[in-house]
Amino acid sequence: MKKALLGILAMAAIAAGPSASFAQSAISGAGATFPYPIYAKWADAYKKQTNIGLNYQSIGSGGGIKQIKSKTVTFGASDMPLPADELEKDGLIQFPTVMGGDVPVVNLPGIKPGELVLDGPTLADIYLGKIKKWDDAAIKKLNPDVKLPSAAIAVVHRSDGSGTTFIFTDYLSKVSAEWKSKVGAGTSVRWPTGLGAKGNEGVANQTKQTQGAIGYVEYAYAKQNQMAFVRMINKAGKAVTPSAASFMAAAANADWTGTPGYAVVLTDEPGDASWPIAGATFILIHKKPADAAATAAALKFFSWAYENGGKMAEELDYVPMPANVVAAIRKTWQESIKDDSGKSVYTQ
Amino acid sequence: MNPAADRSLARHEGIALTQKRVFTVDRLFHVFTYLSALAALLLLVGVIVALIEGSLPALAKFKFGFFFRDMWDPVKEDFGALAPLFGTLVTAAIAMIIAVPVGIGIAIFLTELCPRALRRPIGIAIELLAGVPSIIFGIWGLFVLAPFLQKNVQPALIGAFENIPVLSSLFAGPPYGIGIATAGLILAIMVLPFVTAITRDVFQTVPAMQKEAAYGVGCTTWEVVRHIVIPHTRIGILGGVMLGLGRALGETMAVTFVIGNAHEIGTSLFGPGTTISATIASEFTEAVGDLYTSSLIALGLLLFIVTFIVLACARLLLMRLSQRPGL
Amino acid sequence: MMNRALYARRRMVNRIIAALSTGAAALGILVLALVLATLFAEGFAGLKLSTFTEMTPPPGNSGGLLNAIAGSLILTGAATLVGAPLGIFAGTYMAEYGRYSRLTPTIRFINDVLLSAPSIVIGLFVYEIMVVPMGHFSAWSGIVALAIIVIPITLRTTEDMLALVPSQLREAAVALGAPMWRVIWKVSYRAALGGMLTGVLLAVARISGETAPLLFTALNNQFWSTNFGAPMASLPATIFQFAMSPYPDWQRLAWAGALLITLAVLLLNVFARVLASRQRQR
Repeated sequence: MKKALLGILAMAAIAAGPSASFAQSAISGAGATFPYPIYAKWADAYKKQTNIGLNYQSIGSGGGIKQIKSKTVTFGASDMPLPADELEKDGLIQFPTVMGGDVPVVNLPGIKPGELVLDGPTLADIYLGKIKKWDDAAIKKLNPDVKLPSAAIAVVHRSDGSGTTFIFTDYLSKVSAEWKSKVGAGTSVRWPTGLGAKGNEGVANQTKQTQGAIGYVEYAYAKQNQMAFVRMINKAGKAVTPSAASFMAAAANADWTGTPGYAVVLTDEPGDASWPIAGATFILIHKKPADAAATAAALKFFSWAYENGGKMAEELDYVPMPANVVAAIRKTWQESIKDDSGKSVYTQ
Repeated sequence: MNPAADRSLARHEGIALTQKRVFTVDRLFHVFTYLSALAALLLLVGVIVALIEGSLPALAKFKFGFFFRDMWDPVKEDFGALAPLFGTLVTAAIAMIIAVPVGIGIAIFLTELCPRALRRPIGIAIELLAGVPSIIFGIWGLFVLAPFLQKNVQPALIGAFENIPVLSSLFAGPPYGIGIATAGLILAIMVLPFVTAITRDVFQTVPAMQKEAAYGVGCTTWEVVRHIVIPHTRIGILGGVMLGLGRALGETMAVTFVIGNAHEIGTSLFGPGTTISATIASEFTEAVGDLYTSSLIALGLLLFIVTFIVLACARLLLMRLSQRPGL
Repeated sequence: MMNRALYARRRMVNRIIAALSTGAAALGILVLALVLATLFAEGFAGLKLSTFTEMTPPPGNSGGLLNAIAGSLILTGAATLVGAPLGIFAGTYMAEYGRYSRLTPTIRFINDVLLSAPSIVIGLFVYEIMVVPMGHFSAWSGIVALAIIVIPITLRTTEDMLALVPSQLREAAVALGAPMWRVIWKVSYRAALGGMLTGVLLAVARISGETAPLLFTALNNQFWSTNFGAPMASLPATIFQFAMSPYPDWQRLAWAGALLITLAVLLLNVFARVLASRQRQR
């Protein structure tokens, strides 16, 4: 009997002890898989420098939006920018961290990276299920010199809610009226055909594993895995190779500071060298954060990343934000994010 | 002054005190275990109640038709459970169609045909399969089984049935490797050890005398199994099948890897689909909006109900069968 | 006069069935061998000293599984500490005190339902009652989710094992004047100890491989963390993330992690078996 009582007391003690650490002091973020490679690299470097660990879980932009709205994480990450009215309603501020591009990737025997060329309408038709085989006339027209097999096209898309999907479907909506009316743009859509895979990682993996597959991934994933990416014909009619340069060309015309919430979408941009499926990725933070200390630490991390993370980003073919935008972002932090006493959380 | 009487009194008082203390401890322990039982009950009921509560927004909007609509549009916030339900039922059915005959076959082998020395090791080997965590089957399915099926099996089957009317749509391409058939196959592998172990255990309860009597009048092994063993163990086999079915219906991780995650009700076995648990696992962390989240919880409730019905039917059948005379 | 045709047919049928059964067994063993062989081959290939000394790496880097292993040990251990006593004491009530009360069959029924409930549903439940009100993912909610899986298993085995203890033993103890709790502790528990421990071990084996309930509760953690109020890494969640990625480093770690879990679970199962057979010999 005594032993039982002791056991119970011990359990109660164990339960009560670490409850002091109930208070959230670790920085946690969740969301987009689009920037996951660079966020993970930054977090690793930041930890080496400052010993502060930033735990980022790539559960999809939809997940990031939901978790920050439920206040279960310090910051959310999304590739789909939320419109200003939604930001107002939930008391969030939004700012971009890097830019990148969505790249269609294929798995066809003998096709090397950059060998295949597609344009917007054809890509839309493939994803609508109208073009079912690789040797279809439309694809052949764009690729007269490429040997295309008579195999069925295995379409791969995202199964989870994703900003990568948003950028991709936004582009398809712009270049195909049928796509726009039938499916539309969003983080999660009703795909007419194809397999779903989880995360950019899942799509990359599934495309690699399935012969005759086509998928869309953030460029870092295509590059890191030496996948056969597709060259796209942009608005100016030129076939462009995805690269930091072509993403930057797409971003050249963007008006960051003029758009509320920096909510700029970089699809189907004009310019000879512009990559047509580009986009930025965003961070969402509460104006009145539940844990001011953690938010301050998170902002410090992003500030560090803007200062020192540019080179790491470029190595993975992301495009860092221009300096004037960073300055405007810092100003937004100072003015908008306040703790319970009204004091600004971010200090230079 | 009677020292003997005093001592006797003291002893009685001492015993009374001890008894009182012991009685208190006894009451305490009784109450303690009672509270534990109550806590367990409340917890379990709480899960069900929380599920129902979470599903209410979705059910309010879509009414009970929710469970029978084929629609999953997160953008327009229009949901229906038919596609996940279909996937759950079909993959479980495929799993049982494969696992039950094979499981009974293995049990027959182990009890009647196998050399005695090998019986224990093989039996243990099959049971080890039951202990392997489901996520292992998921990655094995994704990295080993699916590519194998995609390159070697599926194109052959698609080509073979191409011109036959009904079967051609059942085995239609493109060969993804993953999909409903692969998920069903993986589930079959996971369910097999349960069916086998339980069937073998109940086979072993058949009185040797009855079997020997049958052998004695000249029955073949198969005839003994068919006419003596299986009728005797009908209940047990059914129990094992139901247990396996329950597992197949609720399995999440193994299926999520290989089902293809497409909200569609296709006719082809090789096409992608989704199950209730795979849908929840894939989409829950990112469901934005009350209706989306509520729809997912409603799916969870549906799965709970389906599993419950299967269990209840199993119990009912078992009760009814065990009441039949002659068993 | 023997009907040769009939006899031949019966023999043929018997041979076919025998062949099919043997084939089924061979198939079963073959599949098991394939799965385990791949697991061992890939797993051991990915298993290095660094697997046990380094943390989970960012994509494209090499690293280890230390935080995931530690997290799994913590989550599993704590969940067992919380769930097993509750299940055991509840089972004790049902078998000893409440054998004829109406509460017992109700609990038994609902327990069986929950025993077969998909674990993902339990993860949903804990998300709603813990993660959202707390405002963040945490190891605590992961522990609660796993404990809810442990309780039905330990409750069932405890009740079954205690019910097997012959009443004569209890009656003898009561006749000697022992109070009920002492009867339970010294007689019933002692007699059923092996079986009850088996139940606990089986529960531990079950939750070590569970992924779904952790997905929405403890989430996962890239770094080392023993903070119970924060997301905690676990082997199953890490395997889930790494296996579906296209990075070879991550995939190798996923296999290594899978091997570790399988070995642990197999060992626990073997141990439980040994205990159960010792129990039966008593």
